[in-house]
Amino acid sequence: MTPPPNGVASQTVRGPVSLVRPPQGRTLWSESWRRFRKHRLATVGMVVLLIMVTAVLVGPFVYRVPIDAIDFKAKLKGPSWAHPLGTDDLGQDLLARMLYGGRISLAVGVAAMLIAIIVGTVIGATSGQMGGATDHALMRLTDLFLSLPGLPLLLLLVYLFRDALKKVLGPEMGVFILVVAVIGGLRWMPVARLVRAQFLSLREKEFVEAARGLGAPPLRQVVRHILPNAVGPVIVAGTIDVAAAIIAESSLSFLGLGFPPDIPTWGRILFDAKDNLDFAPHWAVFPGTAIFLTVLSINYIGDGLRDALDPRRVLSSRKSGDEAVTQAGSATDA
Amino acid sequence: MSKYLLRRFLILIPSLAGISLILFIILAMAPGDPFEELATNPNVPPEVRMNLRHQFGLDDPIPVRYVRWFVAMAKGDWGFSFVSRVDVGTLIMQRLPTTLWVLGLAQLLGLLVALPVGIYSAMRPYSLFDQISTTFAFIGFSLPTFFTGILFILFFSIYLDWLPFIYRADIGGSGWRWYWENIRQVIMPVTVLGLFQGAAMTRYMRSAVLEVIRLDYINTARAKGLSERVTILKHVVRNALIPVVTLVALQIPGIFTGAVITEQIFRVPGIGSLLITSILANDTPVIMAITFVFSCLVLLFNLVADLLYGWLDPRISYR
Repeated sequence: MTPPPNGVASQTVRGPVSLVRPPQGRTLWSESWRRFRKHRLATVGMVVLLIMVTAVLVGPFVYRVPIDAIDFKAKLKGPSWAHPLGTDDLGQDLLARMLYGGRISLAVGVAAMLIAIIVGTVIGATSGQMGGATDHALMRLTDLFLSLPGLPLLLLLVYLFRDALKKVLGPEMGVFILVVAVIGGLRWMPVARLVRAQFLSLREKEFVEAARGLGAPPLRQVVRHILPNAVGPVIVAGTIDVAAAIIAESSLSFLGLGFPPDIPTWGRILFDAKDNLDFAPHWAVFPGTAIFLTVLSINYIGDGLRDALDPRRVLSSRKSGDEAVTQAGSATDA
Repeated sequence: MSKYLLRRFLILIPSLAGISLILFIILAMAPGDPFEELATNPNVPPEVRMNLRHQFGLDDPIPVRYVRWFVAMAKGDWGFSFVSRVDVGTLIMQRLPTTLWVLGLAQLLGLLVALPVGIYSAMRPYSLFDQISTTFAFIGFSLPTFFTGILFILFFSIYLDWLPFIYRADIGGSGWRWYWENIRQVIMPVTVLGLFQGAAMTRYMRSAVLEVIRLDYINTARAKGLSERVTILKHVVRNALIPVVTLVALQIPGIFTGAVITEQIFRVPGIGSLLITSILANDTPVIMAITFVFSCLVLLFNLVADLLYGWLDPRISYR
């Protein structure tokens, strides 16, 4: 146990902290935003991603071509005025399909990220806060999950549970929940490690000690004092998880084991297109580029967020603050 | 050293047991029944099916089934493929060398790109070379392998018509022609996989070198008159590789993900494409065995990473 802080300190802690407001325009978040905008490519990534999201959300209402209108006269045509991104082997309009499918691709990414973050935070926080045997057991579990082969296991799970879930929830919802749960369930480990590491260092910091000394129960210490300070790295990890989840879903669909053909996610379109590469390259290139641009933007945003959310990093002299910037792919693993 | 190895091997056993337990629980929880086909076949009376279930021990409690399954796996008895009626072990052994060959070459290519590029960028941070290589690294790991594969086929096979895009295990001819054909067909899968791995490794390498290169003992090495070459190779790189090995070890499961996809795109007859075929054909014993083999490979390469770690940093003692 840590000794309680002396009386003087505990009296002064209470009042001023809640009364003093940070000066206008210099809150933690506006400061982070300012730092984020300094990262030029991250800002570009943000704009590109916003355009994609808007297109996918609003697009189907503006561009009202049905996704399943079969027209054999116009099959496998390249881009034209009638079909801006061309058509597939049934003459279905690719732009309409990509706008619709993109919703699902992005939704899978975000939902799987949320699962990974929630599971990872709960496990990491429990582990870091409880310590001892619980900590040991949970970390062994994390290590075990880290050495599971991702995609093969994903394929196995989808193969085993797909039909059962389809029966219960319908083809679209069933596959969606399965894919999201499995991808999220196989990606929480880095977050758990990250949160645990944060907890281990934060729980010994003076302000947590102060809270403890003032009699805050453990749950309040965690929720009010430790978690908010551990949130930065989690946000960064979450951002990169969205990209990873989008790739995972696309890989599944690309192997023909994700969503059924009537739900044209980007990966699924690629799967259908890959046997017609020689006479309809546009069919594969557009959805592939969409995946690539989304993932690239998200990765750059993650990079920018890492700069923005670490207040200790000095940005003005880039050289000194650089070394930690560079591990985008697995910032979460480090 | 040999004692350390032995201990590391002993640590593998609980991990292996844990992974196999997870796999088994997944299989046991899964709805469906391996004898489902028999149930819908009117020529098979239900009693026969019950007998079969009993014979294969499917009605026993789950812990008993798990122990029996684990013992059988450990003894090398992996069951029969439902589809090809071949021993699963034989089937996998036919395919595994191709997978390891392609993966090994890809990993090698990744290293050959990542080490020099990463080191050189870190030696001249924010130079033009560094900026270009950083950008390419970012693009490299944002490009999913399935899309790179398709782009490669479009460009090198269809547009230029240089390389074959179907991998064949049964190339005829002999001597130089045989080697040439084999090299030609392995280029694209290896490049796709290798560049993807290399992109991430370049970034790790760059950041690790940047961190080490400013330390005092590097100045000391320079001050005592060591050539730049020796300073970089012996003092900087060796120390920078330590965190890189850790990061690469964490990526190992991802390497197998890439392997499954590239094998599928280029129709490489490895265990990754066997996995996909088996899933499409509902061949459960093969699917289970392959997933298990992938897990074993992950553990094995983690062990290799551990040994490398000790070699790079003698302070990590082998005791």
